[in-house]
Amino acid sequence: MSTATRVPVRRRVRRTGTPTPTRRTRRRTDWWAVLMIAPATLGLAVLYLWPFLETFLKSFKGNALFGPSKFVGVQNYSNLISNDAFWHALRNSMLYTALVLLGVPLAVVLAALIEQVTRGRTIYQVLFFLPVVTLPVAIGMVWRLILNGDFGLLNWVLSRFGIPGEYWVADARFTIWAFAAVGIWMGLGINLIILGAGLQGISPELYEASALDGAGRARQFRSITVPLLSPTIFFVVILTVISALQMFDLVFIMLGSVNNTAIDGSKTIVYLFYEAAFVQFKQGYAAAIAVVLLMVIMAATAIQFRLQRKWVVDV
Amino acid sequence: MSETEIARPASRRGGSRRGEMVVHAVLILGAALMIVPFIWQILTSFKTPNEVASLPPTLLPTAPTVHAYATFFQTVPFLRQFMVSVSSLVMRVAGQLFVASLAGYAFARLRFPGRDLVFTLYLLMLMVPSQLFLLGQFEIMKELGLLSKLPALAIPGMFSAFGTFLLRQAFRGLPAEFEEAARLDGANTWQVFWHVMLPMARPMIAALAVLTSLYSWNDLLWPLIVTPTGANRPLTVGLAAMQGQYGTDYPTLMAGALVCLAPLVLVFLLLRRQFFAGIASSGLKG
Repeated sequence: MSTATRVPVRRRVRRTGTPTPTRRTRRRTDWWAVLMIAPATLGLAVLYLWPFLETFLKSFKGNALFGPSKFVGVQNYSNLISNDAFWHALRNSMLYTALVLLGVPLAVVLAALIEQVTRGRTIYQVLFFLPVVTLPVAIGMVWRLILNGDFGLLNWVLSRFGIPGEYWVADARFTIWAFAAVGIWMGLGINLIILGAGLQGISPELYEASALDGAGRARQFRSITVPLLSPTIFFVVILTVISALQMFDLVFIMLGSVNNTAIDGSKTIVYLFYEAAFVQFKQGYAAAIAVVLLMVIMAATAIQFRLQRKWVVDV
Repeated sequence: MSETEIARPASRRGGSRRGEMVVHAVLILGAALMIVPFIWQILTSFKTPNEVASLPPTLLPTAPTVHAYATFFQTVPFLRQFMVSVSSLVMRVAGQLFVASLAGYAFARLRFPGRDLVFTLYLLMLMVPSQLFLLGQFEIMKELGLLSKLPALAIPGMFSAFGTFLLRQAFRGLPAEFEEAARLDGANTWQVFWHVMLPMARPMIAALAVLTSLYSWNDLLWPLIVTPTGANRPLTVGLAAMQGQYGTDYPTLMAGALVCLAPLVLVFLLLRRQFFAGIASSGLKG
């Protein structure tokens, strides 16, 4: 059976690979090509590469509001490391990321269930996808209301079961957990679609064959679905981690302008960056935060590629 | 839910009815959790602020009122912000599709010196989080005098390493015969691209359009930065500002949020297939 039909992510890219270029194009440089990549390459160089390099430079410069800033060596970084707020934010971002990752196994199970139904598949996909097409600002607002400690819907539902309510957003002990619950809720739709596409690639014959061998459904899920889907799951994990580490909108909306006293313990890295750069105008300091974020993301991604050898099946 | 229910196509084999019922029960429960916040939002928007803060909470509005909607439309320049959101989306999507399809085709099908090196740079760019670009992009917009102006919202998003990558994959997957035939007929590179290849890549271009629209419509951080003041705020920034203004007037906040989220949800319901294809392609080709 061909691997190409059921393989997502890495292989697929190589497989569909270069269709052998015609002789003519192989031999000669096509100057049209230079014209065609010019807009994208110039735009990316000016608006992305240059800002990227400049952010690096800035992270070693002072925070002068006007005129050029002096080089201050690693002072921004040492300020950052000695600042409790930074460590809080780093811990919050990591905790949030770890919690949101719990949404991935949930999405795998749900995707498998949706794949299984004969009728109503589209309706489920649409309903689970709704938060994806909803403004995160609107999502933050409604969840702030639902999680409200005094008159929120959640506390009312909990009270019906005799469970005492909490100030889920205002109480710093729960804030990140509350954000993570909303984060999972928001991201589920995307993960379901990506995983669903991966499931489509698994050949039905495998299930038929294993059923003939007497495998039950749990066994099939464990021994066929999960291993064959693992490259897609891996991709979803990578995406989830990268976007969770950059979480900003929920903090800004659910804590932002209204409740400034509670916010200190609940900032994320990117919120800290936004605040330093565009509220306090400490650009050098903000640049250092951004560079640290880049390193955290690179480290997290590298670790996952390491770990993937242990659990991702090379289909 | 027992794990035994989690498996694949019992249904495709015409399998057990009861199994499918259990699966449906689980999915319906999940789907209910997905839409409860929206329903709560709608119900709240028809209440008065006092009723929202009352204990125990009322489920249905006791005396439904559209007061919140009236307040929203009277105090928030909705139409203006909607137009800003729409026009920056159109600029960004049109720009990105044009720029990325040109480059994507060149990287996929043409030979030129330094191709692999430049493309590697594109790929590296994909891994960098957007916060690393914001300070510099902000500075450029400031230098160009574009702060608080419409183009500032759209310009950085017109250039996308991701979009170029996605379309490169799309062009690479197309059969070479048509291209060769057109060349034998004497078409130059541009004609081959524009008349032959671009139309064939349409599904993936549509997918990219949908993805980019989604990012553009939902983006908060960048518009927040480049529209510190003034008339050119998109809906996201407008809504966030409204929260500062109305604090705990939840009915007005919910009414505003609903009005602002409705347009994209409607587009999604109409173009469901393209949305799903867009998301799926970002996954499969990433």
